Amino acid sequence: MRFVRRNGLFLSGYLLVAVTVWIVFMIVLPQLYMVDFSFRPNLPLNEIGGPDDKYTLENYRYLVFGRPTDEALLNWLHLEVFFRTIIASICVTLLDFCLCYPLAYYMAQVARGGRTRLLLLLLILPFWVNEILRAFAFRLLFASGGMINTALLGLGLIEQPIDFLRADVALYAGLSYAYILLMMFPIYNAVESLDHNQVEAARDLGAPWWHIHLFVVMPFAKPGIAAGCTMVFMLSAGALAVPQILGGPSSLWFTQVIYDWFYQGGNWPQGSAYAFVLLIACILFVLLVMRLFKVGLGEIAR
Amino acid sequence: MSADVELDHITVRFGDYVAVDDADLRVEDGEFFSFLGPSGCGKTTILRTISGFLEPSEGGVRIGGRDMRGIGPNRRPTALIFQNLALFPLMSVADNITYGLRVRGVSGAERRRKADELLELIALRGQGDKKVGELSGGQRQRVAIARALAVEPDVLLLDEPLSALDLKLRQHMRTELRTIQQRVGITFIYITHDQGEALTMSDRIAVMSDGVVQQIDQGATVYDNPATSFVASFVGENNPFFGRVSRTETGFAVADTASGALVGRNPQGLREGEKAIVFVRPEALVVGNGAANGQANVIRGMVTNAEFEGPTVNLYLRVEGGREVMLLMPHSGGAPSLAIGEEAVVSFDPQRAVVLPEGALAGE
Repeated sequence: MRFVRRNGLFLSGYLLVAVTVWIVFMIVLPQLYMVDFSFRPNLPLNEIGGPDDKYTLENYRYLVFGRPTDEALLNWLHLEVFFRTIIASICVTLLDFCLCYPLAYYMAQVARGGRTRLLLLLLILPFWVNEILRAFAFRLLFASGGMINTALLGLGLIEQPIDFLRADVALYAGLSYAYILLMMFPIYNAVESLDHNQVEAARDLGAPWWHIHLFVVMPFAKPGIAAGCTMVFMLSAGALAVPQILGGPSSLWFTQVIYDWFYQGGNWPQGSAYAFVLLIACILFVLLVMRLFKVGLGEIAR
Repeated sequence: MSADVELDHITVRFGDYVAVDDADLRVEDGEFFSFLGPSGCGKTTILRTISGFLEPSEGGVRIGGRDMRGIGPNRRPTALIFQNLALFPLMSVADNITYGLRVRGVSGAERRRKADELLELIALRGQGDKKVGELSGGQRQRVAIARALAVEPDVLLLDEPLSALDLKLRQHMRTELRTIQQRVGITFIYITHDQGEALTMSDRIAVMSDGVVQQIDQGATVYDNPATSFVASFVGENNPFFGRVSRTETGFAVADTASGALVGRNPQGLREGEKAIVFVRPEALVVGNGAANGQANVIRGMVTNAEFEGPTVNLYLRVEGGREVMLLMPHSGGAPSLAIGEEAVVSFDPQRAVVLPEGALAGE
């Protein structure tokens, strides 16, 4: 009631309704529906609700062990894709961090106002181009007859064109580029609020540059770094368009497997189970890393 | 180990702006030396030049005889205490103090020992595990000093470190800083716009204005024998009387001012006809014409205000020529001898006034 008195009837009513609708209809209900789905067998329409429609762990079991009739003990095909997706997402996250941290530090602590704004603009503008277009442009850039290979061949640095797509170079570049701003801004914000005198104080006390970054700047910017890494990791692991377009012929992203269950296989329960495994795995991994680096959830939201 | 600091004709320019103009001085080994001046006078620029964050446009810095050109702040034998202290908020008090030792690869046990020793020095024994945020302003101040002393610098540089403290604490810290300096015996270079701090703590003071060092002397000398009109008006209260020199005697000059003929010491050797300002301290003025020098040094005016300060009374007179003059009278305990609106005559001893060439005044 204090809430209503402070904000007035209209505003508090709006806030309550908006938040409730958001949480219940946008987040909880659809996900519950999918969770429910993932524990049911894939039945033809007329058998839904029938005697065979009961809860089962079969969909989850399948990801790990495959069909009971299979010879191999584990479902290596999907497990491998799953772990490769996680590891590749970690690599993309690290790559983005390595790219963003120096630039964010430069913009936040070194550059003067005008240059910082110019750099920010240069970072933001390319993101007006939509994701599909950017991905295809990258494909052209990295293709066998693409710009990079043409240039390298022209310079005589290589004899044969390099297959960047098969080597997943295009995939890594595409994913890193797609989510780089989500790494950039949290780190920039965090580093920007650091009093520059602390950097100078550390320097004055004899610290070499790497020591200042490792023990003064990074601990201070840790919440921002954690927020950026979380977002880039989660979104990379869940990306679909970029892996589809830039992935090599032999490399599959786990989201593509999920996609295939839904659309190629028409097996929604199986697809939901796979999607949940990915979601839970990502959340657990992020929580584990946050615990390792002693970052609280509350700090990330700052 | 401590060392002298030589500034060899240092000029620092930012584009066209000259922040420091040909500063040439030498701070002695173990001295408490202050740069005093209003904000924007270039004193912080000098400090940053000594610490190595700035390279002078011309001239050079020598510390202990060693040329500092091209040597970064992390490799100079100086330690800087920042105006906002710049303590590391995420580290404990002890980790703050021993940061410089950690950088130098000193072992944990040795750091712990050194931290305890320094905590003892700054009277914060047993508080090493606290977070910096848990300390009071004065305690944080002392931690910043300990952090700088931990790396055993030859020279400690202090950039207005007391300005964030309240008055009582500031006065207490003055004494404390002086005590610490005498105990560790290294050279202190102190930057301040507060003349009280400079006068009470320093062995010598360099008064600066607009990038130029105006005078370097002991506090009492700066106060009693200011070298320029800026120093006379910036350090302590002073009553300026503008005029022209009409006559000179050995060591003294007579100036014709709107308040009549005034005689004072003539340290700069002003000649007849030159424009001059006669400076008379409020405490040098006395009521009545008892201190007058013949016909000179008698000023008439009307009392406009009287402020009772306890031990003293500040009396304000509007004098002939329109200027307001301030007198500092010891409080005798009786009723005030002069009422507001009353006509008054005041006078001063020529020994206690100084006649200087006309020049810029502080705050004008």
